[in-house]
Amino acid sequence: MKPKPTGAKSAQPFKSMRDIEQVIGLEVHVQLKTESKIFCACPTRFGAEPNQNTCPICLGLPGSLPVLNALALDLAIKTGLALNCEISARIKFDRKNYFYPDLPKAYQISQYDMPVARNGHLTVEVSETGQALREKKIRITRAHLEEDAGKLLHEGIKDASWVDYNRAGVPLLEIVSEPDLRSSQEAFHYLAGLKSILQYLDVSNCNMEEGSIRCDANVSVRPKGDSKLGTKVEIKNMNSFRGVQRALDYEFKRQTGMLERGERIEQETRLWNEAKGETQGMRSKEYAHDYRYFPEPDLVPFSVSQKKISELKASLPELPRARIRRFLTDYGLSEYDAYVLVSDKSLGDYFEACVKEKANPKLASNWIQSELLGELNSRGLALSESKVPAQNLAGLIRLIENGTVSGKIAKEILPLMFETGSAAEMIVKEKGLIQMSDSKLLEELADRVIKAHPKPAHDVKTGKREALGFLVGQMMKETKGKANPKLINEILVRKLSS
Amino acid sequence: MPQKINIDQVAELARLNLKSGERAKLAADLERILTYVDQLQGINTDHVTPTSHTLALENVFRPDAVVPSKIRDAVLQHAPKSEGAYFKVPKVIGDVS
Repeated sequence: MKPKPTGAKSAQPFKSMRDIEQVIGLEVHVQLKTESKIFCACPTRFGAEPNQNTCPICLGLPGSLPVLNALALDLAIKTGLALNCEISARIKFDRKNYFYPDLPKAYQISQYDMPVARNGHLTVEVSETGQALREKKIRITRAHLEEDAGKLLHEGIKDASWVDYNRAGVPLLEIVSEPDLRSSQEAFHYLAGLKSILQYLDVSNCNMEEGSIRCDANVSVRPKGDSKLGTKVEIKNMNSFRGVQRALDYEFKRQTGMLERGERIEQETRLWNEAKGETQGMRSKEYAHDYRYFPEPDLVPFSVSQKKISELKASLPELPRARIRRFLTDYGLSEYDAYVLVSDKSLGDYFEACVKEKANPKLASNWIQSELLGELNSRGLALSESKVPAQNLAGLIRLIENGTVSGKIAKEILPLMFETGSAAEMIVKEKGLIQMSDSKLLEELADRVIKAHPKPAHDVKTGKREALGFLVGQMMKETKGKANPKLINEILVRKLSS
Repeated sequence: MPQKINIDQVAELARLNLKSGERAKLAADLERILTYVDQLQGINTDHVTPTSHTLALENVFRPDAVVPSKIRDAVLQHAPKSEGAYFKVPKVIGDVS
C-alpha cells in the first residue's frame, strides 16, 4: 500500500511507510500439559460436557482452598530454563481483580512481582526458502503461572450469555517478550520458534484449535532510528499465528496512516476481527486496567532450590537449535532443510527414523519435504495419520538408491503406498515396476526410436542437444517410465555421436 | 486535606452502588486508612524481609492427579440462572465499539 499524500497544512513527520518501523512485543499464553487443573483436582481434558470439569475451588465457592499442582510449577521452570531465563528462588501468587462472567471468583490467581522466570531470550531463526538462516535474539521479560478463565457463549443466544467453567483453573504459563520484534514476519517466526521449543519440551499440546497457545500483541510505530517507543496499542483475539501476522500488518497500516494524517494514536486495546480482517476498538474505559493486584492469601509462598533447578535443567531434551546444528554436521543437510525438518518435532523424528533405516539423508530430506508432505497435504492427513511409516519411506528411498526404480517411478509408487499401506518392495513386485537396466533391450529400443524420429536424431547428431530430451522422453514412453534414465541417456548419446 | 481517594472510581471498580451519604463516609474512612499506610511507609524497613504471608509455611503442593468432583448438577441448581449444563448470565458481548 502506498501512503496517500496528505494536505499541506497537516503536521506530517514522515515521508513514507519505509521511514517507519513497527515495534512489537508479544504475550503468549501456553496451556501446560497437566492432567489436573493448577489449583484443584478437576481434569483439564478438552471436550468434556459443559461445566463437567468443575469443583468448589475452580468455581470459587466460599470455603474452598486452592493448592498448587506440583507438575505445573515443574513445567513452568523447564520452559523458563529452555528460554534461558533466570529462575526465581522465591515465587508467590497474586490476585488480579476484575469483574467478568468468565471469572467465577472475580479475580484471577496470577503472579505479579515474583514470577517463576525472568530475563531470558529466544533466538529466532528467520528462514527464507533456499537461504541461510538469519538469527535474531528476542529478549523474554518474564514467564509466570496463572489460571485460565472460563468460556462464554453468545452466538444464537438471545438476551443472555452462557458460561462453561471447564477451562477455569487450567494452568497457563504467560510468556512476555520485550518489544524486540520489528515486523509481523519476525513475530510469526518468534511464535513458530516458541511453539517448536514447547513441543520439544513436551510441556504443552500446542494445539491452536483447542486454544492451548494464545497470543496478544503490544504494538507501536516510530521513525526508524528512534529509541523512544511510540504509543502502545494492545491487540487481542487473534487465534492463529497467521492471524497474528495479519493483525500486525493491518495495525501497521492503520497506525502509519494515522501518523501521516497527523493524528494522535490513542493507547487502547483493540480486538482482531478475523472475518473482516481488521482490528476494532473496545468500549471499555481506561481504568478498567486497574487490576488492584495483591498477594493471594490462600496460597503460601514457594521457594525453588538450586538442586531442583539443576535437576530440571538436566532433564531438558535436545532443543530445536541444537538439533538443527546436529542435522547440519551429521547429515550434511542445508540450513533451510534442517530448519524445516526440525521445526516440527514429529517431522524431525520421522526423518531420523528414515536415516536409521539406512535411507540416504539428503534423499530422505527431499522426499519428506516434497513428496511425503505433498501426499499428506492433498489427503488432508497429519504425519501421525500417515499410512507410510518412516521404515516404508526409507525402503522406497533405498530402491531409488540401488537403481531398482527411477525417481519418476518412485513418485508413482508413493501414492500407492499411501493407499495400500504396503511396503515399496511389495508394490514394485506386484506391479512389475522394476527399472529396466537391461542394456541389450534398451539398445534395441534406442535403435527403433532413432529410426522412428529421424529429424530429432539428426538434430542431436548436428549438435542440437535439446532434441536429446525428446528422444529420452520417447524411450520412457515406450517403457512406461521404467527405463533407467541415466542408461538411456548414455546409449542415445553414444549412438548419435558415432 | 488533599484527596487521595477517587471514591467514584473505587466504587465502579468494586461494582458498588453507593448512596451519596455512604460515598462521603467511605471516602473519609479510606482516606484515614491511606494516612495510616503513609505513616507505615515512613518506617525504615531496610533490614526487614518482605512478607506476603503470615504463616510459617511454604511449598505446599498437590500431586497432578484427577479427582472428579461430580458436583455440577448440584451447583447448577443453586445458580441464580442456568440453561441446560451452562450457567446463564446477562449478555456480555458488545465490547467492540
